[in-house]
Order: sequence, then structure tokens, then C-alpha cells
Amino acid sequence: MAELRFTKDHEWIRVADGDVYEIGISDYAQSQLGDVVFVDLPEIGKQIAKGGQAAVVESVKAASDVYSPVGGTVVGVNDALTADPGLVNREPTGAGWFFKLKTGDTAQFTELMDEAAYADYVKGLG
Amino acid sequence: MGAGAYRHHVPASVDAIIQRGEFLTSYTPYQPEIAQGTLQYLFEFQTQVAMLTGMDVANASMYDAATAAVEAVQMANRVTRRGKTILSGAVHPHYRETIETHGKFSGFEVVSLAPNLDGLAGIEAKLDAKTASVVVQYPNVFGRLQDLTALAAACQKAGALLIVAIPEIVSMGAVTPPGDMGADIVVAEGQSIGNALNFGGPYVGLFAAKEKYVRQMPGRLCGETVDADGKRGWVLTLSTREQHIRREKATSNICTNSGLCALAFTVHLSLLGETGLRRLAGLNHALATTLEAKLAKVKGVRLLTDAYFNEFAIELPRDAGDVVEALADKGVLAGVPGSRLWPDDASMAKTLIVAVTETNTVEDMDLFAAKLAEVL
Amino acid sequence: MDKSQGRSAQEAPAKELPNFVTASGHRGLQLEEKLIFEQGVPGRIGVDVPDAPKGAANKLGAFARKGTIGLPDLSEPQVVRHFTRLSQKNYGIDSGLFSLGSCTMKHNPRLNEKMARLPGFADLHPLQPEKTVQGALELIDTLAHWLKTLTGMPAVAMSPAAGAHGELCGMVAIWAAIQAKGEGATRRRVLVPESAHGTNPATAALLGFTVDPIPANERGRVDLAAFEKKLGPDVAAIMLTNPNTCGLFEGDIKKIADLVHAAGGYFYCDGANYNAIAGRVRPADLGVDAMHINLHKTFSTPHGGGGPGSGPVVLSAALAPYAPLPYVVHGAKGFELVETQRAGTSPFGRLKGFHGQMGMFVRALAYMLSHGSDGIRQASTDAVLNANYILARLKDVMSPAFAGGPCMHEALFDDAFLKDTGVSTLDFAKALIDEGYHPMTMYFPLVVHGAMLIEPTESENKESLDAFIDSLRHLATLAKKGDQADFFHAAPRLTPRRRLDETRAARSPILRWKPAQPPAPTAQAAE
Repeated sequence: MAELRFTKDHEWIRVADGDVYEIGISDYAQSQLGDVVFVDLPEIGKQIAKGGQAAVVESVKAASDVYSPVGGTVVGVNDALTADPGLVNREPTGAGWFFKLKTGDTAQFTELMDEAAYADYVKGLG
Repeated sequence: MGAGAYRHHVPASVDAIIQRGEFLTSYTPYQPEIAQGTLQYLFEFQTQVAMLTGMDVANASMYDAATAAVEAVQMANRVTRRGKTILSGAVHPHYRETIETHGKFSGFEVVSLAPNLDGLAGIEAKLDAKTASVVVQYPNVFGRLQDLTALAAACQKAGALLIVAIPEIVSMGAVTPPGDMGADIVVAEGQSIGNALNFGGPYVGLFAAKEKYVRQMPGRLCGETVDADGKRGWVLTLSTREQHIRREKATSNICTNSGLCALAFTVHLSLLGETGLRRLAGLNHALATTLEAKLAKVKGVRLLTDAYFNEFAIELPRDAGDVVEALADKGVLAGVPGSRLWPDDASMAKTLIVAVTETNTVEDMDLFAAKLAEVL
Repeated sequence: MDKSQGRSAQEAPAKELPNFVTASGHRGLQLEEKLIFEQGVPGRIGVDVPDAPKGAANKLGAFARKGTIGLPDLSEPQVVRHFTRLSQKNYGIDSGLFSLGSCTMKHNPRLNEKMARLPGFADLHPLQPEKTVQGALELIDTLAHWLKTLTGMPAVAMSPAAGAHGELCGMVAIWAAIQAKGEGATRRRVLVPESAHGTNPATAALLGFTVDPIPANERGRVDLAAFEKKLGPDVAAIMLTNPNTCGLFEGDIKKIADLVHAAGGYFYCDGANYNAIAGRVRPADLGVDAMHINLHKTFSTPHGGGGPGSGPVVLSAALAPYAPLPYVVHGAKGFELVETQRAGTSPFGRLKGFHGQMGMFVRALAYMLSHGSDGIRQASTDAVLNANYILARLKDVMSPAFAGGPCMHEALFDDAFLKDTGVSTLDFAKALIDEGYHPMTMYFPLVVHGAMLIEPTESENKESLDAFIDSLRHLATLAKKGDQADFFHAAPRLTPRRRLDETRAARSPILRWKPAQPPAPTAQAAE
């Protein structure tokens, strides 16, 4: 698996293929949400700015916006989440990915936290 | 009287049940273990509403038809990500005005067509790529029944949702439901079943939609599940759409609904059942055509409505408001004059909307016709 | 668990319920009840419907309904029994103490119900000629008069259907006033404390305002310094609840009102907690511009399992011209219902069908007139006294969210006393259900960790408060033993249903009953 990077809003991102990135929410985020019951995914072709709202993830008691760690165009969404939103809980950084984004500015990626930095960040949240 | 509120017989057992303290003095069922009573009747209510309207799913009620119509328009804006709604010229003016008010401050565009017996006239010409929804009424404010199938197809082609408002839900016992004609969202005034006139409120707004839009629906939804012992039970569900969780991102700010009015509705409709509702609707229609025949014989009266359920419009030779006032002095509440519903539109001044229910006797109708002949 | 002799009240009941199976599935008075759709026989009817007159024309045209609707046919005794059994699975104020904070679950006098059913109110059509409904209009006018008198405000909009609807009405009036001043494009921000009801930000957002949260200080009140920093020419309004959702009086409220007014904004007060101050504090004296009043809280109209409510909004002179349609005036011809714009006013329009929740108006006025001004004052006084009694008697075993000083009508605790016990606020509340009480409000307000908000209202006497407190002390002591997490997780045990699987309900929603067999051919299929 390619390297994961994280945002302070608990999204992860990894290179899927060239300038196409795969994005989801972290294990910490899914554990905070509890059982995920629904994921509202963006439309393919939608332009999203860095930090823009891209998706909504809902558990029984909470609904959270998912922001895009980088700016770009949506080129794929994980339709499997529609039938089985529990994938987000079971495999948050694997089969529970949310959407794929094509970006022209790959430098945005390296500015994000790496796994160690994110682990420290989460630890700091108590 | 009619025009969005109807005097029906409410069986005494309805009131006895809704006055039980466990229903009357309970709260919104946020603690499902001690609110299965409320939750189960809400589930039954949702099912009844879906069946009556011919739709897939219904919510656990809104305040009234006018506010439900607003919620429908806003839901269509969310679904289509557009911001224009077209209102038929035969939508109840209170529904229209309530939508217009919300359009002003929520920033969606409202295109209201002028009052017109033909509620479908002029709509398709206004449909465009910005249109999120079209709102029509069925039976329309003049009581008229019109086929919505072609309009539904046109809406679908334009990517807009067809919202149908039903002012008199008893009609669903006799007429083809909007769901069978392609409606995307159906809202209705549920007052007619189980609830007194109450000078305008509290009433109960019904809200039903196609299944695919369920996560965009406003208001509370009750769903089936199981408890820790595996027994069937009910909970409020999909509540992440609501204000107490989503706060500023909620689908609506609605909190309180019309729970007890929904209970009255469910009890009354359970008492009626399929057989009773069919019979009641048939009786309403037969009495309405009986009155229409009597009024048609009064000199100067012109009938305006062709196909209708229990409400129709007539044109009088002079101002209908004056006639209604004169008849009130003679002990007859004749109906709702055009001037009351469209005070700024002189072309409606001679129109009178008349509704008939099972509470009107043939003797009442003879009196009405006789007194009308006197004052004209 | 400690099995020593001489069981104290601090221990959990050792004996479980008898676990034998009954043939019927019922368990004594706990009666299982199927859905109405699973009962009935076609052709039965629970209400007499006369035959239609012979020879009447049919003018349904092509619109006659084809196929079956799918409704079950039941007899009247079946229907009465069905709903009676359902009622027995419900907890109401009539069942016992209803500690649900922020919801003001007070006694609903039956006099109110009787008055609302007088045919002169209940049987009136909303569009009858005005001369035939003078009594109803006078009732609305009288209730409006007393609401204005109690709050000291010059105007009131009666039509909103509930609290959130009233909030919308008040905020639209503010929006309209801002538009009229030509500041619609610039005043876009609404300040809302983090502790606010969810309806506040939802309402502000509906109007297109940006919601800007204001933090609370360590005393549970608005942080005045943070608030001042957020003021500016783009602030449309502040939405504040007083007493606030922590059950505390906002001592700086006048200063807050003055500051927001000086900045050109308006002060919206959420009146959900008005029962704490009714008859004692006039919102007008606090600088309020708009406040909704939940008649189903302060004025005892029933909650009815979630409604209907009624939310009249009192308005300051600055906002009065923008009040919605319709409204009642007293003119030369008696009482008149104004349904269109009149000269000198700029109503923002209509908010709902017809004229407001008349049935609720009658109940609220019956409450007011039967209590009188002294009774209303006593009610709010007693509501505050009861909450303080609870706070005082529980502060040693539970953890008050804000130490020091009395509360208003609600006692707020956090979950510090449950730390390291493995018991959550939710578990604790569910155990209270087995004790025979409706739980307190949980996890609200959001500013307090694991919040438990208890509002006893004035309806409870000392014996019932003591019994309730005994149950809470028992549970708190039990939880703090530290090895009782399993006991609490499994609560409630004694209810018609135990904890329900909400994840399952939300993942694949079943929102209606459907027949096991596909229904009879529908209209299209039959043709």
C-alpha cells in the first residue's frame, strides 16, 4: 500500500495512480463516530477545493462532513459503501475509502501529516 | 365550508384514546424503551399515509399542509441542487403564500401562476433547467380533479420534482392517488381524518415521498428494528438529518410535530379501515353531487368544476363574499368566497367554493339552495 | 457482586424476573400487540357510515381509485383495545416524574382539554365569516394581551405552530427589519452560544445567516469578553436562551442586549425556559427584541408524544411592523382578522395555513386564567425551588456541572462522578428507566461532558422529589462501586422492550409495513 497522509479533520489520503488520490476517514475518526450507517458521496466530475466539503458520513448519533485534503476533480466514488456502510468501521483505510480525486497540484499531498505525526496529533487530543 | 379544512364526523372513541394520559402527556419518543406505544402508532401512521397517497414512504407528520408544502419545496431544492419552484394557479392561496414567504428569506425563486380553474395551465411553459419543483394541488383549490401523468413526465424530463398537495385526505378513499400518477413528493392536510376544525389548528401535515429521496426528507421518521432480546420494536431513525444533531446543517429546523393529531388520524383511519374509508368517501362524493344538482337549479348559478370529489366551485351573478355574509345571517355557512382567498384578484370575486361532507344532510342542502335563491 | 447478608439499598436486585415462556407471548400486563395491518378481516368496520343517497351522480370522471388501498378492517373494540395496549407501553407525565430537562414536562390540567373541546372553539371553520367567529377572535386577542403583559413586550405574533416555528418567525422578523434598513447584504452573522438548542443554529442557517458560536465561561454563562470581540457591523443578531440550557440565569444579559443593540444587531431570546421566570422577569426589561413562548411548556398544553405545540412570538417595537400575517385587531366592527397587508405595516408574509394553533390557545388561556398572576408566579418559583432541591440533595454523589451558586429551573450534572466506572451517561439514564422514571436529558447542553439535565418542574411535591432522588442516589452509589458496568450496560431490563438496535434501523431503514404477499394488482397493472 502507498503511503498515507492525514489531515487535522481526520481524513486520510494516498496515491492511487499517478495524480489520482484515494481519500477516506481515519481509524480514529470511525471509532469516534461509532457505527456508520450512511455515506453521502460526491458526484463524479465535481470540482472540490482543498478543504472543501466533499462527503458526509453519518452514524446513528452524529453526522460529519468529510473535507477534501487536496483540491481537484472527483473521478471515482466507492459505491460499495452504499450497500455496506459498515466497511468504514471495519476497514477505514482499506475497502472503506470514500472517493478518488484527480489533482493538478501534487505538492499539496506532501504538506500533510504522515502517519507518525498524525498518531502524535491524535494522542494530543486525549 | 372546505378550502383546506373539512368538517367530518369524528367517532367518540378517537377522543377517548387520544386523551389517555400515556399518549396525551408523553414526550417525543427519544427513549424508545418507554415509548413503544407512540413509536408503533407512528409506524402505523407512516404506513397509512404511504398507502393513501400511493407513495413509498411517509414521515411522522408536519404542522399542516402549508408548512409541509414548504418542506417539500426545500427538499426538492436539496435533491436537485436547484432553486426555483413553479406553483400552479389552483394551489390553495395559504399554501402559496407560505411558500412565497419562505422563498423570500431562504433565497429560492417562486413562480406563482395566477388563479386558474385549470391548475395545469401554463406550468410546462415555465419548466426550465433551473426548476427544482412544480407544486400542484389535487383535488385543486376549486375541487377539480386533473390528470397529473403528463405533467409528471414533463417534470421528470426537465429534472424537476413534482410535488402534489392534497387538501382533503378523505378523497384518497375514492380517487386515484398522486403516487399512481408519478408524483415525487406528496403533502397533504390530514385534519379531515380524526381532527376537529379547531378554527384552523392544530392540524397534521402529511408528507410522503419516493423511497430514493428518504434521506432528504424532513421531520421525524420511525423505523422498525429489534431490541437486545431480538424482539421487534421501533425507534426514531435517520435522526442525523434533524436539527438536534445536524444543527445548522439540518434538513429542516422542525422539532415539535403533530404527534397527537397523527394519533387521532391513525385511530380514526383504523376504525374506518378499507371498507369504511371507501364507504365514507363514496358518501361524501354522492352528497356533493347531490348538492351540486340542487344549486344548479338556482337561477344565476354557473357550475365551474367538472370532475371533483366533495368540493366544487360555482360562479354567482354577484360578489360571492356579499352572498356568504347574507346567507350567514340566514343561518347558512355557504362556503368560501373568492374574495377571502384572493382578496386582490377581482376576477375571483364571484367564485364560491363549496364542500360537502357526511355531516351535511339532504335537508341542509335544500335549505342552502332555497336561501341562496332568496339572496341572489 | 458482594453477596453479604443484610442486603442494603445500594445493591442491584439479585433476582431476575421469572423467565418462563407464556403461550400467548404476553407477560401478564405486558401485552404484546401486533400492528393493525396484521389484524382484521375484510368487511369489518369500526364506525357506522350511512348509505349514500340513491341516484346521486358520479362525477369522479376517470379518477375513481382502482385496486385496494391496503388498509385493514377492524371492529371498534379491536381498535380501542389495540391503542389502549399501545398506550400502556408509554411513559407520560401522568405516569410519573418526567425529569427531561429543557422540555418542561409539567402537569397538563384536564380543564384545558375540556375548554378546548367546547364546540364554539373546536367546531369553527377557519374561513367562516368574521361576524360568526367573534368569540374565537376575542380569545386569541385576550391570550395575546396576557402574553404581552407577562413579557412586557408591545406585540405578539400568534400564528407559529411550535417553538422552532416561533424561532423562525422571530428571526424572519429580524431579517425583515435588517432588509428594510438596507443592511441585508452586510449583516450576515448570527451569534449563537455553544450551549444553544439545535433549533437555534438550524433556524439561523435556514435564513442564510452564518452561525458564529460563542463560548461559555467556566461559570456556564456567555463569555462576555469573547462575545464583545465577535461583535461588529456584520452581526445581525444574537440568539440567547435565558435561563440558559445549563439552567443558569445569564447575569450579563442586559449588558449583552445593550452591546448587540449598540452594534446595530437584534436580540433573539429563546423562550424555551420561560417557565423558570414567568411572572417574575419581563423579557422586555432585559432588552429582548423577539422571543418565542412554547405554550406546550410554560402554559401546560400537552406534549402529545411530540406535538402539536404552539409558539407565539413576542416582539419589540422595532420588530412589530414586520410581524407575519394574519393577526387579530379590534376595530369598529368588532374583532377583525387581518389577512393582507395594511398601510403602515410591512408584514413579512404568512408562515402557515390559517391562523395559528387555536386549540392550543384555548388550553393556554385556560391555564392562565385558572392560575392567575399569583399562580403563574408561584409556578415558576416552585419550579426553581424544586430544581435547587434536587441539586442540593445530589451534589455529594453526582457531579454538578457548575459548582457554586444556585440553579434556575434545571439541575445540570456532568459525568465526572462516573469516571473510571465503565458506566456512561446513557447507561446511567437507562438504569433510571428501570427505576420507573423518564430519564433526564442526556448529552445536552453540548458544552458539558456527558451532560445530565434534570428539570423537575413545579408539578412535583416533596415526596415525589425525594423518591426520585433516592433512586438517583442509589444508582450513583452503585455505579461508583466500579464493578457494575455490566449491570448498567444491560439496562433497562423491565421495560416492554430493551435497548433497541438503532444501527440496524438506520442502515437499512424499514419505515412502513408491507404485506408479505405482493398486493393486488395496482391501477396500472389492472388496465
